[in-house]
Amino acid sequence: MIVGERKPLAEIAEMLEPFRKICVLGCGTCVTVCLSGGEKEAAETAAALSLLRKDVEITTHTLLRQCEYEYIDDYAKNMLECDVILSLACGVGVQTMATRLPEKIILPGLNTKFMGYPLEQGVWTENCLGCGDCVLDLTMGICPVTRCSKSMLNGPCGGSQYGKCEISKDVDCAWHLIYERLLKSGVLDRMEVIQPPKDWSASHHGGPRTIVREDVRLETGK
Amino acid sequence: MKPESKLEKVLSSGHFAVTGELGPPKSADVGTLKHHAEAMRNHVESYNITDNQTAIVRTSSIGVAAALIQMGLEPNVQMTVRDRNRICLQSDLLGAVSFGVRNFLCLQGDHAKFGNEPQSKNVFDLDSMQLLQAVRKLRDEGVFIGGEKLEHPLPRIFIGAVANPFADPFEYRPLRLAKKIAAGAQFIQTQCIFDLERFEKWMEKVRELGLHKKVYILGGVTPIKSIGAARYMQNNVSGMIVPDSLIERLKGAQDKKKEGLNIAVETIQRLKEIEGVAGVHVMAIAWEEVVPEIVERAGLYPRPKVE
Repeated sequence: MIVGERKPLAEIAEMLEPFRKICVLGCGTCVTVCLSGGEKEAAETAAALSLLRKDVEITTHTLLRQCEYEYIDDYAKNMLECDVILSLACGVGVQTMATRLPEKIILPGLNTKFMGYPLEQGVWTENCLGCGDCVLDLTMGICPVTRCSKSMLNGPCGGSQYGKCEISKDVDCAWHLIYERLLKSGVLDRMEVIQPPKDWSASHHGGPRTIVREDVRLETGK
Repeated sequence: MKPESKLEKVLSSGHFAVTGELGPPKSADVGTLKHHAEAMRNHVESYNITDNQTAIVRTSSIGVAAALIQMGLEPNVQMTVRDRNRICLQSDLLGAVSFGVRNFLCLQGDHAKFGNEPQSKNVFDLDSMQLLQAVRKLRDEGVFIGGEKLEHPLPRIFIGAVANPFADPFEYRPLRLAKKIAAGAQFIQTQCIFDLERFEKWMEKVRELGLHKKVYILGGVTPIKSIGAARYMQNNVSGMIVPDSLIERLKGAQDKKKEGLNIAVETIQRLKEIEGVAGVHVMAIAWEEVVPEIVERAGLYPRPKVE
C-alpha cells in the first residue's frame, strides 16, 4: 500500500489560513489502512482545526479512492460550496483531484512516504521503490534496490556488520538477509553473477511513467 | 602493454608494496596536504586520495591528484559511486587519465547521512562492482557502459578495489573478493586491520580459493594516536573491529602515541609473514607525519627502485 503520514497540524493550519470554507477529504483505501488519511483521521483533523479557528466552516467527506475519476465525480457536487479541499490522500490522490477539479484549490494534508506494509500494529516499513524493473526473482523476494541503503545489486558493502546496515543498528542489511536465504536454498552461487548496471530509465528519473494497455482500452479513449 | 603505474611495477616485480593515504582538506588550500605528501615521498609508492571520505565535502580527489602529479608523485584516485552517476564517473576517469593518473580505486562510499550534507541525494547509479567492471571495460575493450566506443584506447591503468574482512557475513567476504577480481580488480586494499586473528582467517579462505595469486592484497594499517581514537573507531566507524585487548594495551602504556606506533609496526611485521599479502596500505589520516617512521621501523625502507 501507499503509506502516508499526516502533516503537522501547524503546517496544515498555515496552509489553510486564507480560507474560510474548508472541506477535509479523507481517502478510503491505502491511507485508511495505514491510519493517516481515512474517515477517522479526516474527522480528527477537522476537529483539531475547529479548535484552532473559530472563523471557519469545516465539512468532512471521504472518497473510496481519490485517485480515480469515478469516485471524484460521485462526490464533486458535495464539494462545490467549499473554498478549499484539504486532501488527506497520498500525492496520487491529491493530483488526481487537482486534475479532475481544476477550479478547486486542493491542498495536501499528508506527506506521502513510501510503498510498504505494516510490520506490526503502528509500524510501517518501505519495501518497494517502484523502480520499474523488478529483481526480486534474483534476490529471494528481498529488494536490494529499496532495502539496501545504497541500492547495491552485487552484494553487501563493507559497512554491513552483525546483520545490520551502516546507517543504523535498527536497519537490517538487505544483502545479509539475501545471503542467508540464498545459502539456505543452496543457490549462493547466484551472488557470483555480476549484475550489470541497472536501467534507471525504467525508474522515476525520466518524467512520469505511463502504461498503455491496448487490450483493455475503450474505443473512446483512443 | 607495460605497466605505467609505479605501484603496479613494484607489485609485479614481487616487492612488498607500501601505499599511503591523504585526505583532502575542507578548503581549496592543499598546502598542508602537499607538505604531508612530500614528507613520505621516499616511503610510499603511491598515495590514495580519498573521495569526500565519510561523505564530508572536501577538495576533489582528482584535483588533489593533479597537485601530486605536478610534484612528481603518484596518486591512487579513489572513486566512490555515492556522488556521481555513470556519466560523471566515466568522464572524470578519462579526465584524470588525461593528466597522468594511472591508479584508480573503485569503492561504494559511506552513506551521505554520515557527512556534512546529510540531506543530499545519494546517487548510487552504479554499485562498486559495476564501477570496477566499467573501468576494466573502458581500458580493455575501449567501450563505455552504454556500449559506445572510446575514440582512442586508454593507456594501461591499474585498477583497485577494497575488501573488508571485518564486515559481515564473514563467510561471504572471500567470495566477494573473488567477485571483485572477476569484475576487474588488480589490487586490493583492506579495511584497517586491528584484529589480526580475523584477518588471518580471511586470508586462509582467500588462499584456499587461490585469490592471492590473482590479485595483489595490501593490508590496511592505521596507527592509533589515543585511547579516544581507538574507542571512536570501535563504536562509530562502520565495518571496523577494534578488539578490547588493543584498547587495554594502550591503557597500560605510558606513552599512548608511542604504543600506537608500536602496534602499527608490529601489525606490518605480522602482515609481511602472511602468505598472499603483497603489501601494506598505511592510512595515517591526521597523523601523516609518522608514516616514514612506521615504514622504516617495519623494515620496509628504503623502497625498491623500479624502472
